[in-house]
Amino acid sequence: MPPPGAAGDPITVGVLALQGDFEAHGLVLSRLGAVVREVRVPTDLDGLDGLVLPGGESTTMTLGIERERLADPLRAFHASGKPIFGTCAGLIMLDREHLGIIDIRAERNAFGRQVRSFEAPLEIGVSGGPVEAVFIRAPWIAEHGPTVEILAEVEGHGVAAREGAVIVVAFHPELGDDDRVHELFLQSVRDARAAA
Amino acid sequence: MRDEATFKVKAGLAEMLKGGVIMDVIDQEQARIAEAAGACAVMALERVPSDIRRDGGVARMSDPEMIQSIQEAVTIPVMAKARIGHFAEAQVLEALEVDYIDESEVLTPADEANHIDKWPFKVPFVCGATNLGEALRRIGEGAAMIRSKGEAGTGDIVEAVRHLRTINGEIKRLGGLSEAEIATAAKEHAAPLELVRAVAVSGRLPVVMFCAGGIATPADASLVMQLGAEGVFVGSGIFKSADPEARGAAIVEATTHYEVPERVLRASAGLGAAMDSIESRKLEESELLSNRGW
Repeated sequence: MPPPGAAGDPITVGVLALQGDFEAHGLVLSRLGAVVREVRVPTDLDGLDGLVLPGGESTTMTLGIERERLADPLRAFHASGKPIFGTCAGLIMLDREHLGIIDIRAERNAFGRQVRSFEAPLEIGVSGGPVEAVFIRAPWIAEHGPTVEILAEVEGHGVAAREGAVIVVAFHPELGDDDRVHELFLQSVRDARAAA
Repeated sequence: MRDEATFKVKAGLAEMLKGGVIMDVIDQEQARIAEAAGACAVMALERVPSDIRRDGGVARMSDPEMIQSIQEAVTIPVMAKARIGHFAEAQVLEALEVDYIDESEVLTPADEANHIDKWPFKVPFVCGATNLGEALRRIGEGAAMIRSKGEAGTGDIVEAVRHLRTINGEIKRLGGLSEAEIATAAKEHAAPLELVRAVAVSGRLPVVMFCAGGIATPADASLVMQLGAEGVFVGSGIFKSADPEARGAAIVEATTHYEVPERVLRASAGLGAAMDSIESRKLEESELLSNRGW
């Protein structure tokens, strides 16, 4: 495994920790060698190399972002070129109708209620074959702009996408042992830091 | 190649609820208030525990029409309660497509020997526990989430604290045991050996554990989170208080910032009266809800 930091200095990744499965993301990122910091207030963003918006309840997170006045600091973090990775509710938070950080429109609970939640192997363009994707009351990408690259689809709907330094997936790579999607994100964090 | 309702997606929804507050609601208006206050899910029921306690009689699954109206009112997950052992109520709730079923001691038990076999259901179950053995027996029956029971409808946190401390203490004591000792511990806890072994190795329950029963204030939420709860259920504590909007939002804030006293302080101020409470030690043995289930 290559050292996570470009110059041997470990990279520091924040995980938005207002509500949701931030702990699961933290475990994967630590396992991959990153220093992890939970983010609850704007000053927690200082000095981070990248940021994860986890799964959880998007309504709860939206209200939390309002309460903590995090929206503008999160947009500034993105504008500074730092990579951001959103999973499930995190994908929703980043869309046009929420933080406006990636040019997509998410359809919430698009697959239906919990009884429709599912696992499926999904090819998203990482080496080593499909990832085992866990979809829980998941959204899909209903619309997207021309600069957004759709990385994977389920039944004709985008469930993973990339635009610049922003990666979003509708499923939960943090819930399994397969770290390849997080590795893809960490690679973009390393690249961004090397370029800075 | 889609695999629905696996244990991973059942337990996974509980992961998504972590760090959040699940609020009891009895109608659409309360459900909307709960959602706007930042609840990560609502529990739809006809009477909150303090009313069940007051009214007496048999407490059953709520009217499906009422649950459905709440499903229509909010986009956050909607949970509903079935009686312990009443698998037919659970089947009805599954047909209604609630997001989680709480096999709950707050309702009157329907079976004195058996809990519901939860494995055949597509909808995940949350169950109450007062100690580690009870938690692992429920998980062995298919529960995908555990809540410490506390004493519902009292506004008294003491039972919740006891149950959390018991469960976490018992988990700690499994650490470092030899294989032979783990087998003995499984017998003592009356719990499945493979689950006891998994807890001994990982140092935690195999599913998410919330705290329930007696939470009435932001500081109560902070207390149980610091004692190891991964989120909280608030039953009567919000809508039986003077200002449910403010108290709901304050308990959400305190659950997120439970480790920061200044934030819990801010959340605690100016909320008006808490729910009317009952000291749980003054309750008769027969009045205790946490004794239901085994």
